[in-house]
Amino acid sequence: MTLENWALFLLIAIPFSGGIALVFFPSGSRTLIHRFAVSVSALSFLLTLYIFFNYDRSQGGFQFAMEIEWLPLLGISYTLGVDGISVAMVLLTGIVFMTGVLVSKNITHRPKDFFALYLLLVAGVFGVFVSQDLFFFFFFYELAVVPMYLLIGVWGSTTDFGTFFRSKEYGAMKLMLYLVAGSVLVWIAILAVYAQAPTPLQDASFLFSFLEAAHSRYSIDFQRFIFPMFMVGFGILAGLWPFHTWSPDGHVAAPTAVSMVHAGVLMKLGAYGIIRTMSILPEGAEDWMFPLVLLGTANVVYGAISAMAQKDLKYVVGYSSVSHMGYVFMGIATLDHLGVGGAVLQMFSHGIMTALFFALVGFIYDRTHIRDISILQGLAKRMGVTASFFAVAGLTSLGLPGLSGFVAEVLVFIGLFRTYPLLGALGIVGAAITAIYILRLLAKVFFGPLDKQWQKLSDAAPLEGTAAAILVLTLLLVGVYPTYLITLIDSSVKIFLTPFGGA
Amino acid sequence: MDIPDNLTANLHLLWPEFLVAGLAFIVLTVDFLVPSHRKITLPTISIAGLVGVLAFSLILLGDKEATPLYQGILLIDRFSLLFTVFFLILGILIVLASVDYVNQYLHHPGEYYGILLFSLLGMMLMAASNELLTAYISLELLSFGLYVMVAMGRDDPKSNEAGVKYILLGAFSSALLLYGISLVYGVLGTTTFAGISERLAGPGAATPDLLLGLALIVAGLGFKVAAVPFHMWAPDVYEGAPLPVTAYLAVGSKAAAFALVLRLFSTAFIQSIGEWQLLIAILAAVTMTLGNVVALAQENIKRLLAYSSIGQVGYLLVGIAALSAASSNAIILHLVGYGLANLAAFVGVISFYNITGKDNVRDFAGLADRNPFIAMAMTVSLFSLAGLPFFAGFITKFYLFIAAAEQDLLWLAGIAMVNSLISLYYYLLIIRQMYIQKPEDSSRIPLSRVTGSLLGTLVVGTIAVGIYPGPLVDLIETATAVILPID
Repeated sequence: MTLENWALFLLIAIPFSGGIALVFFPSGSRTLIHRFAVSVSALSFLLTLYIFFNYDRSQGGFQFAMEIEWLPLLGISYTLGVDGISVAMVLLTGIVFMTGVLVSKNITHRPKDFFALYLLLVAGVFGVFVSQDLFFFFFFYELAVVPMYLLIGVWGSTTDFGTFFRSKEYGAMKLMLYLVAGSVLVWIAILAVYAQAPTPLQDASFLFSFLEAAHSRYSIDFQRFIFPMFMVGFGILAGLWPFHTWSPDGHVAAPTAVSMVHAGVLMKLGAYGIIRTMSILPEGAEDWMFPLVLLGTANVVYGAISAMAQKDLKYVVGYSSVSHMGYVFMGIATLDHLGVGGAVLQMFSHGIMTALFFALVGFIYDRTHIRDISILQGLAKRMGVTASFFAVAGLTSLGLPGLSGFVAEVLVFIGLFRTYPLLGALGIVGAAITAIYILRLLAKVFFGPLDKQWQKLSDAAPLEGTAAAILVLTLLLVGVYPTYLITLIDSSVKIFLTPFGGA
Repeated sequence: MDIPDNLTANLHLLWPEFLVAGLAFIVLTVDFLVPSHRKITLPTISIAGLVGVLAFSLILLGDKEATPLYQGILLIDRFSLLFTVFFLILGILIVLASVDYVNQYLHHPGEYYGILLFSLLGMMLMAASNELLTAYISLELLSFGLYVMVAMGRDDPKSNEAGVKYILLGAFSSALLLYGISLVYGVLGTTTFAGISERLAGPGAATPDLLLGLALIVAGLGFKVAAVPFHMWAPDVYEGAPLPVTAYLAVGSKAAAFALVLRLFSTAFIQSIGEWQLLIAILAAVTMTLGNVVALAQENIKRLLAYSSIGQVGYLLVGIAALSAASSNAIILHLVGYGLANLAAFVGVISFYNITGKDNVRDFAGLADRNPFIAMAMTVSLFSLAGLPFFAGFITKFYLFIAAAEQDLLWLAGIAMVNSLISLYYYLLIIRQMYIQKPEDSSRIPLSRVTGSLLGTLVVGTIAVGIYPGPLVDLIETATAVILPID
């Protein structure tokens, strides 16, 4: 029994059992609960680092595999394994998870329940990224959705701008119903590929490898019919236009740590799901790539324009997520070696960046209880650290070289210009709009004269600063030295692309 | 007809039934003997007896032989024994859930527990019936018990109304069933399942009057499980009946009816599946859609759970429409999962009602502050009913819908999944009340030790089935292999 064999098992088990253990904590001891959550998240983070650095990039493919029989009658087994794409996502989850816990020290209302649900949520997320069995993939995918309603509904915040009112319950319910509607589509598609795959039925299995190998049994019409269910079903979670509207509402209503995980990691589950299921139905997927790239372009442009029009700081970040997820769709749709690699890198980079954004917006909101851009002004004078971190996040967002967003977007654009040059140009227009709203935001909220009412603001607390610093550091590291991450992702993207004709 | 000498052979297989009947008489007798303040002895005796019978049934379950009794009108096999075990456990849980409620609201504990045991006997016989008239009589034994139990809240006009409604509609459905049976007998000259199957397999068997007979049988059973369009009684009866009886009705009578339907369809009608599959599939689609959509508008939690259970019947009918070895496994698994979750929900409601006397969804506001444990247990059960993972409902529905997909009923599975989404909405409305809304009266709701551990057990069961259903599925598979061997 070595760590290598059990790393992935522990990856899910640690936050999961942590969440269960929290139920038995005395509810009064806030500090103890927070410390416990921090330790669990730190342990998970170390484990993700272990996986990240021990994944053999030269070999590629699925590693750290383990398998436990679960329901042999239906061909379901608890099979875990990671390839380069999942390793990147696992690391992302580890980082966002830990920083999310770090910034949540100020949760005073029922902290025990909050962290228990939060840990379960993260266990679900890890589970999706490491499952090699479609049943468990879906199991964890849904598990990651379950705690959201309560996390947002109980600990969230309500937006009230007089003319624009969105209660937290509204956000929570909308998010939940959208996501479950998406998973209904995914569910139908899963059953279809399962029931169509095998002859005889007893040999059926939910393993990705089995279903991928069976793809020649699916007729082209079947693939064309079923793949869009995967694409739209997962796309809803990834914020695919025009099914993205839950995402700004949900993210804004959510408490800081949940926004971080949700925008940072959960939306990636959707994109990751699309990538994984493409390999099951490659011929059908290929035909749907053009619609996907169109929708992705709509994401980029529409999201950016909407972000420009927002008055609420958090809504700006919410819509910028929608916009940035567009690059992911566009990158995947290129089916180009660089484009897909760029898309995965963008998933990583955007995850860290959005988590940072939401964390910083959370710091500001905790202190001012206001997110109205027209009222916030000159905060840099009192919140210097927050402001400079916000600047880093903003510059990543608009694609400044030297930060991770640049590398990812350049790869996506190269892929796009090789395949859909016209849409690639539109994507760049989106980046330009991003520059406009980000710079305007920075100028208005952080710089300029300090309003009297903000004289007494305090800057980020040490714990909060640490969390933000970890995220900033990651952005810088990937921006300056992307090679390690790129070769890691690339080793698996190559394998992923083999069934597609174009590659 | 000469009397065969083996009439008394293998009679030990019927001991669980005899014992439950005996237990019912003991409870009724003891009721006369103990003074009214010592009535706690009645549930104690019932539980002790049921546990004993359960142990005995589990021993019988180890035996793999299927044994026909009384010339094959009863069939004791792993299928019937599995359901016997299911019903006995259900009986124990219902008695536990009833103790406080009966003490507080009902005046006749003796009759309550006695009749409960008789109706349990009816359920057990239904699962063992291998012939239409025996099935009918067992069904009536169950139904008569339920008619009385529904009306037992004598001071409550709603309970009386529910009792009258239930007995009238129940009698009507029994008449349909009986008329259907008579038609089938008239055409085929037999009422045994095996005999029907044999005749149906012959050429030109499906005459109009036979089909009418079968349709009437389906309609009669449809009444019992509250399938649309025979569901009208359910919401009123669920709302009016004493709460533990509602829970019993929602889980027990459905499970018994599906045990009967499973055996009837898999033995007698499986060959003619092409003729009724579409009919049942449409019935399933309409049942779950109506149940779930109407549930959206409910303000009373009992009515809401009534409509939600109509929705669940729709899912179970998906399994009947896709009748196969896989789907019968899935139906039983779903019954177990649904039973656990639904009972947990009802026990939560009962313990809330015992203290507050209120049962509107709005009254549950702030329950998470007033008693976090009840709120948690109800959340678990509602999420399970909605089919979210980690809880039983996810795997049981997944299995059901796989079985449907394998029989080319993916469209039906799709409708069922959309229904799950609808149901999630109204379940979330309850959860919203419990966790997000502020309570009007924030006094704590105490939970007795018995109810607390009962609730805990149900929650643990719901989660256990959700994360590791393997052993249970294996057990169910050995049972369904008797009626539908995997081909």
